[in-house]
Amino acid sequence: MTTIASTLDYSPASATRRQTGLAKSTLTVARRSLLRYVRTPQLIVLATVQMSLFFLIYRYMFGGAIHIAGMSYVDYLVPGFIATGVLFTGMGTAAAMAEDLEQGFIDRLRSLPIPRAAVLTARAMADTAFLAWSTAFTAAVAFAVGFSLHGSAIDGLAAFGLVIVFGFAFEWVFIVMGMFAGNAQAAQGMGMIVFPLVFISSAYVPVSSMPGWLQAFANHQPMTYMVDAVRSLTLGSHAHALLGHPSSYYITRALIWTLAILAISLPLAVAKYRRG
Amino acid sequence: MTATIEAHGLTKHYGKTKALDGLDLIAERGQVTAVLGPNGAGKTTFVRMVATLLRADAGTLLVAGHDARQSPAAVRRVIGLAGQFAAVEPAMTGRENLEMVAGLFGLSRRAAKASAAAVLEQLGLVEAADRLARTYSGGMRRRLDLGASLVGAPRLLLLDEPTTGLDPRSRIELWDAIRALVQSGTDVLLTTQYLDEADHLASQIVIIDHGRAVAAGTPAQLKQRIGGNVIEVHVRDTRDVATIAELLTRLGEGVVQIDQATRRVSVRVNPTTDGQMTALQSLHATGVELDDVALRQPNLDEVFLTLTGKQTSDNHDVTPARAA
Repeated sequence: MTTIASTLDYSPASATRRQTGLAKSTLTVARRSLLRYVRTPQLIVLATVQMSLFFLIYRYMFGGAIHIAGMSYVDYLVPGFIATGVLFTGMGTAAAMAEDLEQGFIDRLRSLPIPRAAVLTARAMADTAFLAWSTAFTAAVAFAVGFSLHGSAIDGLAAFGLVIVFGFAFEWVFIVMGMFAGNAQAAQGMGMIVFPLVFISSAYVPVSSMPGWLQAFANHQPMTYMVDAVRSLTLGSHAHALLGHPSSYYITRALIWTLAILAISLPLAVAKYRRG
Repeated sequence: MTATIEAHGLTKHYGKTKALDGLDLIAERGQVTAVLGPNGAGKTTFVRMVATLLRADAGTLLVAGHDARQSPAAVRRVIGLAGQFAAVEPAMTGRENLEMVAGLFGLSRRAAKASAAAVLEQLGLVEAADRLARTYSGGMRRRLDLGASLVGAPRLLLLDEPTTGLDPRSRIELWDAIRALVQSGTDVLLTTQYLDEADHLASQIVIIDHGRAVAAGTPAQLKQRIGGNVIEVHVRDTRDVATIAELLTRLGEGVVQIDQATRRVSVRVNPTTDGQMTALQSLHATGVELDDVALRQPNLDEVFLTLTGKQTSDNHDVTPARAA
């Protein structure tokens, strides 16, 4: 049996040991979250199957009853479904964050000589990477069932990029939620607040079809701007007729919302993490 | 030589609950210090403070000479923490878990690999090293968690109730691992609810209750104060309880504890072998039918009874697992 003394030989003397760099620690912690996704196929399969099922239900069941002037419902639905999908993926972040806290994993990381920003940044990055994957998958399913881009391919990629940017901002909201929830189940429960954001928006049906008091909320909440920003890029020439403003109008407003969400949730997450 | 841990008047209140209430504690270098106390005594709160996870409301805390409040980053460079949970990533192998923590400790990739390999061997996890941690047994996970706390070769190892919830065999394996560490010169602070654990592992024991230190010393010193072993007699017939209680009053030292419901009578006896043999012979001589006789170390309740004159505080946990 080797004694621990042999371990000591390899490590720098405690006195000269420095804090590990931000990039290295962030990547190391992020790698762990990604490995967890990759090595827990149930997580990925369940998330994608669920997403695809919901998508197909909207496409084929509700889609027949919803008529949008001048375009097929699938072209209207897909940008909304994908943009609001970031909220459903984010619920997993809240649960994972709460679980890490509950099981002492965060305690371990907080007791290590690494920058405090590393742990949260790693979580946001890894989960955004997962989001990119599931968004790409949903898009592939969408194309398979009749969705098409009416704008350029560049616009299509920009739309994809926007979704990921929105998702990154929301990750921080879910990180905060997970930290305040205390346990994974409570975090899941708190995640329910995404429902009004998802459904009282322009994602599935035009806002003009809602009663007046709902329209007030639907027209001004961030998700509607985000959905319409994505739509304005995928619908090409149909976009202006449907939405009434050029792309830049929606994209600017969606990005302002994104920054606002980050400006509130990121410092809140860091403060909560510091306090422990 | 600076003490590894020097705490003076540490205080932490959660609303009306005093998790720590002016704790004074010194852990010298080169030894294992055990913090012994019932649930809710403030053990976890104290460890979390030493690990810089929690800030004291008042008092000072020096860890390896660094002020935990002023320079927590310096403290984090010298400690390794194994909390009450096995905080390992189930979707990574044992080796990957250790290499990750070693990397975060600032070791180069090569050094991290070497250190992880050495720790795996040290903890008897070589065969399981490349299996995902989610396939590990509870005891193996705890050992891996211990490994994660020492893969960075910290000067001070913090173990919060390391064997709680383990089966007896895993418990002994973990004890062996901790003992081997100490021989290689790591300072250890461990908390425990078990007197025998503190006795086995520690050269210094601090007993705390209600957030204060109530006694401190080597296991031998404390045992002397507590006064030897306890003889516990399990009487077959309820009517004989009084007879045995009367006999034990004469033989023992201190107050006889009588539990009518379970027909158990116990008392501290003279720690010498002679004293204990005499007690057993006298019991035999009464001819009373007994179910069982046991000579054992006093349990934590009895230690408290002796040291503080009262029972341990109720088992409600006043230390939140995580400060909100």
